[in-house]
Amino acid sequence: MAASGNIDTLKAVSDTLKTSSGSDSDWILHHVMDGKEIELPFLGYIHIPQLPPVFGFDITPTKHVIFMWLAAFLVLLTLYLVARNYKTSLIPRRLANFFEVLIIFVRDEIAEPTLGKAYKSFLPFLLTLFFFILFGNFLGLIPFSATFTSNIAVTATLAIIAFLMIQLGGIRHNGFFGYFKGLVPHGIPMWLLPLMIPVEILGLFTKPFALAIRLFANMIAGHTVILALIGLIFFMGTIFIAPVSVAFAVFIYLLEILVALIQAYIFTMLTSLFIGMAVHQEH
Amino acid sequence: MLTQITLAVIAAGGGENGGLLDVNPGLMIWTVITFIILLLILKKVAWKPILTALDKRESDIRESLAQAEKARDEAKKILEENQANLAKAEEESKKIIDQSRAYAETLKEQLIKESKEQAKKIVDDASLEIQRKKDTAFEELKGQIAEIAVSAAEKIIRESLDAQKSKQVVDKYLNDVTKN
Repeated sequence: MAASGNIDTLKAVSDTLKTSSGSDSDWILHHVMDGKEIELPFLGYIHIPQLPPVFGFDITPTKHVIFMWLAAFLVLLTLYLVARNYKTSLIPRRLANFFEVLIIFVRDEIAEPTLGKAYKSFLPFLLTLFFFILFGNFLGLIPFSATFTSNIAVTATLAIIAFLMIQLGGIRHNGFFGYFKGLVPHGIPMWLLPLMIPVEILGLFTKPFALAIRLFANMIAGHTVILALIGLIFFMGTIFIAPVSVAFAVFIYLLEILVALIQAYIFTMLTSLFIGMAVHQEH
Repeated sequence: MLTQITLAVIAAGGGENGGLLDVNPGLMIWTVITFIILLLILKKVAWKPILTALDKRESDIRESLAQAEKARDEAKKILEENQANLAKAEEESKKIIDQSRAYAETLKEQLIKESKEQAKKIVDDASLEIQRKKDTAFEELKGQIAEIAVSAAEKIIRESLDAQKSKQVVDKYLNDVTKN
């Protein structure tokens, strides 16, 4: 969505991808995909030790798991420092001043308008979601790091958690039967029910599906475009394309900063909106 | 547009590591665990203190604003009162000054009048006294002259035998009188 203003670049990239189809574009995938090793600048690779499977699942931490932990640690550290500031005085300083803006933004622009008076019980969840995705998105912008929010497994899991929160919120506020009865709009003729019920149930699942795909696609797209632009230099085999490639790559990088913020906002905003719709079914 | 690229990448991929849309169950498990632990810790460590602090600060600001408004109203009221009092006091002092000025004026006039009268009385008294003194002195003189005349006549009569001599006596006597 934010990238739609840059159609020329995207065309160039898709052209690049077409000409270099096949095994040539594997290196792009290698960069954006999960892996079992972490790349360190100028030092080589660290191989993550293999863990024995638990209940038949391979739970060895991958590159994305490591960066997820790093992001979680950074979120924790940052917000702990912010919270410590408020313990000493109500006046925000330095770090707290900046993060307060984001916290108040989530509270006043996302949670309160979509959830109404019930926003307080969902606010910790929404704030955690927002900062987790935000830190993940920004962490991915650092060279040699990995964007765990560009992994479909991560975004799908986050979407499943959001889905469960939506259902739990709806059930808690409207009762189990009240909630599922309220899913079908009032005043629908009886003969339409066989059609409406599957549609509404499908609607329940398309919402988190869209959430997962949106975050995944947005986060992977920017990285892919940057890699493709840099790859253009090697495909063309000439250094004269480099200034153009680098200029566009920097532009996409700046765009990615915007996208990182916007996608964290959108994921949180839509989750909050869906919870609001589940809680206040009459609207 | 973005999905087009993604699909192109997915189509182009599919090597030994699998496609982009391959879901790793281990990663999902770790995501759930990480997110839930993060949520629980943050709820306790960060969100509760931060959100309560923000709420408290907001209510504090609201309260202080209301208080400031109240204080301002009160100050305005006091100022108005003070101004009214000041105006009243000024008016009063003006009145007092006017009064005292009028009083001083009447007092002055009265004093001048009184002193004039007194002076006139003193002058009158003095002239009266002078007149009286003059009168008595004149009476006394008159008596003395008569006495002198009598005694002169007596002497003249006594020495009338000698006209020459009497004439000398009279002269001598008159000389004495003038000398006195």
